[in-house]
Amino acid sequence: MRIALSVENLTKRFGDFTAVRNVSFDVEDGKFFSILGPSGCGKTTLLRMIAGFYQQDEGKILFNGKDMEGVAPNRRPVNLVFQNLALFPMMNVYENIAFGLRRRGEKGSAVDRKVRDMLERVGLPDSGKKEISQLSGGQKQRIAIARCLVLEPTVLLLDEPLGALDAKLREHMKVELKTLQAQVGTTFVYITHDQSEAMVMSDTVAVMNNGVFEQIGTPQELYHGPVSSFVARFVGSNNRLSVTIRRDINGGMFARYADAFDLRLSRACSDLGEDGAYDLFVRPEAMLINPDTDEKRFNSLPVEVKAILFDGGNSRLLVSPEGTKDEFTVALPQTRQYDHIRAHDRIRVGWDASASLCFRKSEWTLYDET
Amino acid sequence: MKRRRLIQGGFLFFFLPVALWLALLIVLPHLELLRLSFSSTREPGFTLGNYMAFFHEPIYWLTFVRTAMYSILVTFIVMIIALPVSFYITKIARVRVGAFLTVLVLVPFWVSELVRVYGWIILLRESGVLNRFLVSTGLFREPVEMLYNDVTMVMGLVYTSMLFMVVPVIGVMDALDDSLIEAAYDLGASKTAIWRTIILPHCTPGMVSGGIIVFMLVLGSYLTPNLMGGKNSLWFTEQIYNQIILYFNWNQGAAFGFLLLGLSSLIIWAGLRLTGQSLKEVVK
Repeated sequence: MRIALSVENLTKRFGDFTAVRNVSFDVEDGKFFSILGPSGCGKTTLLRMIAGFYQQDEGKILFNGKDMEGVAPNRRPVNLVFQNLALFPMMNVYENIAFGLRRRGEKGSAVDRKVRDMLERVGLPDSGKKEISQLSGGQKQRIAIARCLVLEPTVLLLDEPLGALDAKLREHMKVELKTLQAQVGTTFVYITHDQSEAMVMSDTVAVMNNGVFEQIGTPQELYHGPVSSFVARFVGSNNRLSVTIRRDINGGMFARYADAFDLRLSRACSDLGEDGAYDLFVRPEAMLINPDTDEKRFNSLPVEVKAILFDGGNSRLLVSPEGTKDEFTVALPQTRQYDHIRAHDRIRVGWDASASLCFRKSEWTLYDET
Repeated sequence: MKRRRLIQGGFLFFFLPVALWLALLIVLPHLELLRLSFSSTREPGFTLGNYMAFFHEPIYWLTFVRTAMYSILVTFIVMIIALPVSFYITKIARVRVGAFLTVLVLVPFWVSELVRVYGWIILLRESGVLNRFLVSTGLFREPVEMLYNDVTMVMGLVYTSMLFMVVPVIGVMDALDDSLIEAAYDLGASKTAIWRTIILPHCTPGMVSGGIIVFMLVLGSYLTPNLMGGKNSLWFTEQIYNQIILYFNWNQGAAFGFLLLGLSSLIIWAGLRLTGQSLKEVVK
């Protein structure tokens, strides 16, 4: 597979602050690549370097193997869909899409054919004469993407373009973007802080934090096998248990939680020491309510139900293990099997040891936790 | 009911001064001037003689055309200088530097126009600062009179009216989203294409409103053309001054005044038409 975009050891500093540190990745031609990270992690800086608005301090950016050093944004085979879309209000829809073609000096008839073709493709064939202010949020979105795609860029960069939309439309646009990408076959590099957007749409996701890539992988790999506690918490939802590690007489590893419970660990995290504090991660959907299994590998905790968070297929229980003030969420399948559970009930939750992950406790906070 | 009367009272309270000001100081004198312009001291009753005199005497209408042309020229020069200045202040300079530069543009206008013009005279006259400097460095063998010509006059007019263009243009340029410029750049536009397709169309309302103010100010200015252009300047306001003050011919002066009013209205209307702007949009 051809590599459309290759980034090698990219670093960008603003004064003393390093916004992007030694980032490398390759994007194959025709793939949907996402960069996922909290706000302030440096993803926009990275994107602006690829587009050419910032000059990197170190490293290389290559499009189809061609080094972009010293190439201005208007000469790069890449286009950017801005966060606020940045459609030109002084032009109508047709002129917005024709803008890039005209700047290339293409002839009138060719421009006309391409613009009409593109409008057709994004499902707005009769909107050419409309003013930008007459479009709905979703339509603006499509025109902003059409304006870039008509230039047939090697890579299309998207800077959180769904951020301004309401929740329902965002869900819809996720699917639409994914279909559009598959249809046109252009390489997409998409940045977002919304893990659901990244997971639904992408072939590959890079998780970014503090200017570095913590992990690159398929959404499934990130979800099932996070390599750091940051990725574990940022991708999907996760419950975090503060534990210490203990070894029993047979050499098996246990995580001791709240000085009361010994939790079995899977073999995957056997390279742990007995010193220091650790975080144990268990996903809400891995936790079973009142498990009726006696299997050895199974952990279980007695908990008190604090609240029932009903949200259709995404319903959860808010529970607190006995003797602690911690709060966890547990998936609540809507099979009517658990309808009897009420707030303040005492139940048991359990999970298979292989469904939990353990990382050394690290000092970071998600931005929305303040 | 009571409340409604109160609102009406409040409306009247604020409206009355404006109405009085308009009626007593603008409308009434103009009506009297209009009457004067259609009468003559030599013959009683209605006459078009004052307006005919304008067309019969070439010096009058030549001055008139000259004033109009130079006013348009000054407006364009001011526009051309104000655009990059405002762009630098709003988009390139850092916020605090930008604010400082804006104040710098404002500062000269704390001094009266008369003093500013005398400042220019001190700089440019035959025994002035610039001449003395150029002679002492040996660039000029003897002092040259730099005042009292059209170039100096146009320069003075540009200088005195710059602020009235820079302020509205800064206003519209500030409202221009930077990402639009970046988006155009990203889509392959060169710097000149960005100016032509994005910045200028966006700034047109501000430029037109600034242009109207500058044009009206320049067309009706008296001090700067008179002092810096000297007796060669032949500005139309001087003709009005001469008629009323020197020849006590109020009738002729009034007719000239209305011709000037008509001219400025006509040119502003044509300017709005040409740029495709409506007065409503520009005044906003």
